[in-house]
Amino acid sequence: MALLEVKNLGVQFATPDGTVSAVNGINFTLDRGQTLGIVGESGSGKSQSMLAMMGLLAANGRATGQVLYQGQDLISMPTAALNRVRGDRLSMIFQDPMTSLNPYLTVERQMTEVLELHKGMSRKDARARALQALDAVKMPAAARRIDMYPHEFSGGMRQRVMIAMALLCEPDVLIADEPTTALDVTVQAQILNLMRELQRDFGTAIIMITHDLGVVAGLCDEVLVLYGGQVMEQGQAEDIFYRPSHPYTGGLLAAVPRLEAGDEPMLAIPGAPPNMANLPAGCPFSERCQMAMPRCREDRPVLVAAPHSPTVRRACHLAVEEVTHKLQDLRQAQRAASDVSA
Amino acid sequence: MSSSTNSPSPALLSVRDLRVHFRIRDTSPWPWKPARALKAVDGVSFDLRPGETLGIVGESGCGKSTLARALLNLVPITDGSLRWHGDEMRGASAQAWQAKRKSVQMIFQDPLASLDPRMTVAQIIGEPLRTHAPGLSTAEHNEQVLAMMQRVGLTAQQINRYPHEFSGGQCQRIGIARALILRPQVVICDEPVSALDVSIQAQIINLLKELQAEMGLALIFIAHDLAVVKHISQRVMVMYLGRAMEIAQKHALYDTPRHPYTQALLSAIPLPDPRLERAKSLQLLQGDLPSPMNQPSGCVFRTRCPKSIAECAQTVPALRTISDQTQSACILS
Repeated sequence: MALLEVKNLGVQFATPDGTVSAVNGINFTLDRGQTLGIVGESGSGKSQSMLAMMGLLAANGRATGQVLYQGQDLISMPTAALNRVRGDRLSMIFQDPMTSLNPYLTVERQMTEVLELHKGMSRKDARARALQALDAVKMPAAARRIDMYPHEFSGGMRQRVMIAMALLCEPDVLIADEPTTALDVTVQAQILNLMRELQRDFGTAIIMITHDLGVVAGLCDEVLVLYGGQVMEQGQAEDIFYRPSHPYTGGLLAAVPRLEAGDEPMLAIPGAPPNMANLPAGCPFSERCQMAMPRCREDRPVLVAAPHSPTVRRACHLAVEEVTHKLQDLRQAQRAASDVSA
Repeated sequence: MSSSTNSPSPALLSVRDLRVHFRIRDTSPWPWKPARALKAVDGVSFDLRPGETLGIVGESGCGKSTLARALLNLVPITDGSLRWHGDEMRGASAQAWQAKRKSVQMIFQDPLASLDPRMTVAQIIGEPLRTHAPGLSTAEHNEQVLAMMQRVGLTAQQINRYPHEFSGGQCQRIGIARALILRPQVVICDEPVSALDVSIQAQIINLLKELQAEMGLALIFIAHDLAVVKHISQRVMVMYLGRAMEIAQKHALYDTPRHPYTQALLSAIPLPDPRLERAKSLQLLQGDLPSPMNQPSGCVFRTRCPKSIAECAQTVPALRTISDQTQSACILS
């Protein structure tokens, strides 16, 4: 049995304009020590799907499907039972460490609270364990800093506190929602390195939500690409990065600014992300897809196993070879156009 | 900087030893203690030539946005010299600045927050024209606004809409149209793409490059993302705690970075390629940026520098010419 198995996870919000589907049918499994990357642009539903797994959706939100942690379904679980699992066996790191720590409590109180609640430790033991955890995330002068308030820490330090807090109970699954987006690159490198070490030492399974393909490339075994609340393509990182078989994955990879690139222009994806309240009937990406056929606008493609690799699943009406060729053509056409203008 | 001042094309902008210090009201109970200063920009010098793009990179708090604002007198300059088209602008009158701003425009980071929510697109884009070319007839005015809208990729039907009806990328197009309608010589772009999604970033960068080629614009492009800066700049300045660490031609900076901070910054960027990213050697910096209120003595980078030696604490290293492509402020490079 897999550690975590997500089956057909969906999220709907009741709004004054009717029901909006933010996430449709996400499936994946995660084992010990594995890292799954969830990639998507703003509004693609990547954060909402994780909040749904943890039972943290806003009051007008509703989760459907199953999230099986060691066979128990978290979605249908009563809150009291869920409270015993989340924060203990599954924990989460949020994007903005300032707004997700309590400004009124010292770091020590926030950390010991977790241990007293989940492990029934005494305050004294809990404090010792919290200090250990801060040391593990390489907090300098942890013994002095543990009694400080969140505002006394820098952004990188706060994120270290968040990670230490998430790891207090040695969870099996760590969900990291854009943990380094608010940080500078040199601090981001420190935090990513830390996560890699913790995973090696504790065998924690990590779900990494990010819009940064560089972060995914360094950390993730498997990648799930979301667009408009739907999975476009999912598979091993090597397949996704080197053999993208979906026009959106290919477009995204071509649009990333690269350090190793020459002077050629960047390849943009035309148009703007879709309005979730008003998705096209067909493929959500069809409005911006440069390969779209009439069928793509009416008939929503389902996620099926791809013929070119056993690990990959994709949702596209076009054949894999067609997408690969057209991606190459688009690249050449854009390059030729820029040579003319230059 | 001696080589650049002797170059044939006269500099559009030349900045010498520019300093912007903010006085902090001290909470100390001793009124005779001198007020402390936050040194946001502390002795920066560079030139900008017509049609050139200078990238400015650095982490948050390094003073890159304050520098951009100081170049347009949006924050007061404490010391140093700032010349636009050869005219000394430090302490210049409001009228002199008003005249200058016609040829120097700015694009801001947050595309929605930098547009007045109660003005239509036509009013926003037309406002610089009304200020700087009040004699224009309504027909000419509208014609110019419409032409500029179409040039940046907005449609004529959108002319009476309000900013909240647009996506982030479209708002940034409106900001670009507003900056370019006066046909300026220089546009200062302060993190113009950092709030945008990857697929939209590329659209805006390509648009800026096209417009630059068409109109012969000089750009000052500020960003924290070195990969984005590489795509648009000819020269790049790396800042740390209010000072320039390295100024170099683009290829020299990215291929052979000379300053330890530039080297660390480049190695810290995650590469969107699993094999390269997992194989690369990482130079991790220790700790965080020191407070600009309490800067280290000598080289400001020495507290995090993997190569620092005892001498680094003694003297402030000046930006010196290492090769014809690179200037670096490190005693070891």
